[in-house]
Amino acid sequence: MKLPIFLDNHSTTPMDPRVLEAMLPYFVDKFGNAASRNHAFGWAAEEAVENARKQIAKLVKADAKEIIFTSGATESDNLAIKGVLEMYKEKGNHILTSSTEHRAVLDTAKSLEGKGLATVTYLPVDKQGMVNPEDVRNAITDKTILISIMLANNEIGTINPVKQIGKIAKEKGILFHCDATQGVGKIPVDVQDMGIDLMSFSAHKIYGPKGVGALYVRKRNPRVRIAAQMDGGGHERGMRSGTLPVPLIVGFGKACEICEQEMVTEAARLTKMRDRLQADIMAALEESYLNGHPTNRLPGNLNISFAYVEGESLLMGMKEIALSSGSACTSATLEPSYVLRALGVGTELAHSSIRFGLGRFNTDDEIDYTRKKVIEVVTKLREMSPLYEMAKEGVDLKSVQWAAH
Amino acid sequence: MAYSEKVVDHFNNPRNMGSFKKDEDGVGTGMVGAPECGDVMKLQIKVQNDTIVDAKFKTFGCGSAIASSSLATEWLKGKTIEEAQKIKNTDIVQELNLPPVKIHCSVLAEDAIKAALADYQKKADPK
Repeated sequence: MKLPIFLDNHSTTPMDPRVLEAMLPYFVDKFGNAASRNHAFGWAAEEAVENARKQIAKLVKADAKEIIFTSGATESDNLAIKGVLEMYKEKGNHILTSSTEHRAVLDTAKSLEGKGLATVTYLPVDKQGMVNPEDVRNAITDKTILISIMLANNEIGTINPVKQIGKIAKEKGILFHCDATQGVGKIPVDVQDMGIDLMSFSAHKIYGPKGVGALYVRKRNPRVRIAAQMDGGGHERGMRSGTLPVPLIVGFGKACEICEQEMVTEAARLTKMRDRLQADIMAALEESYLNGHPTNRLPGNLNISFAYVEGESLLMGMKEIALSSGSACTSATLEPSYVLRALGVGTELAHSSIRFGLGRFNTDDEIDYTRKKVIEVVTKLREMSPLYEMAKEGVDLKSVQWAAH
Repeated sequence: MAYSEKVVDHFNNPRNMGSFKKDEDGVGTGMVGAPECGDVMKLQIKVQNDTIVDAKFKTFGCGSAIASSSLATEWLKGKTIEEAQKIKNTDIVQELNLPPVKIHCSVLAEDAIKAALADYQKKADPK
């Protein structure tokens, strides 16, 4: 086993060597511009792009023509939301989203709101991070033109009832955008069955290269139109101009093909490893709390709050393990994770949260090492914590008058 | 963000971590910060003949907060009350090479020192 260990697979993933191998010919030998229609270099590039488009479409049960390449999920979210709002502005300007969406959705919505171009409803989630489809139904107005709800959350892994939301959207004739960045390739996604009209996802979360993503744009029932947000050569059916990054797209396609073939076994393996890590840590450490849904969440996701210790110091104590924390000690506002806050997790427990993100290349040895290290460091830091000491003495921490700073 | 070597050293080998009994003679206790802000520091001094003979800390917070309080206990030992009053957060920032986002950790440590000194003086001279 080699250190450091990478357990931050929600932030990004290492590229699968099979993906790299597929990409390599497209840098030096087959370097053509996929938009060059009149020579062999262009044809080779175009063929590679169209093949990748099919591989990607197949993974999410879409038609290849419905896949629009972008630079990543952030661009896809921006393009979907801004593009729909601009295209359908005669029909209304109300957007429905949720409070635990990724910043790429929330900040896009806020920016449109700030410019006076949209009104936005941010739906709450339940204690386990799930959007209630009935809340979606009840928040729809005659001005609503877009529902944007994520498939799976990047911090807590909770999977939303997307199919039910898609059904409501269809009933009401409202477009449904789904940020599926964390879900695609990890859990089955079917844009038909789920009633999704637009869907964002990216390559680097599924063992593909950074710098490429896709927006699925439904072609029929209904035919969705979006206003391009980038002017230029009219690539991607006029929805996203810019020369296609052929090697990245080839890698994206290969990554999707591997996910499609291996998802079932990989999900089972990760779930088993994750469940064992969770059970062992929580049995050994009192007052550790799971954040998110106990079962209905991404296979590789585990988010735990360790009462009385601060997340960043936990990460520092285990710096040979790459993890992430909901603590915001480094941010100027000192505000911890808005996702955990939306679940109703107390600020102090949000500061104490650690996200474990297991992925394709993690081994049982790495998980064993992590389990031991977490238990050791939490125990050590609790010894150092005045809060733990007070709790042990029977002081109710909520009754203490703290001098907030 | 990378931590300075000194922060890492204090974090891995905290000096004077622990507690005195609050009601013990000559002990002053300062507790500052709030759990919802992600930092709570408890700093204690033990004073004999106007000199701090021992100091201890416990901290809930990031590595820089732990290092700041650990350093503070090191500096407090051997100082008179008057000398201890002069410890400034900027001294801590300099010694530990704290980046701008971590300056509040040093401020908290200075506050903890002041609070411990005040508590000692209040106990020594209750009016």
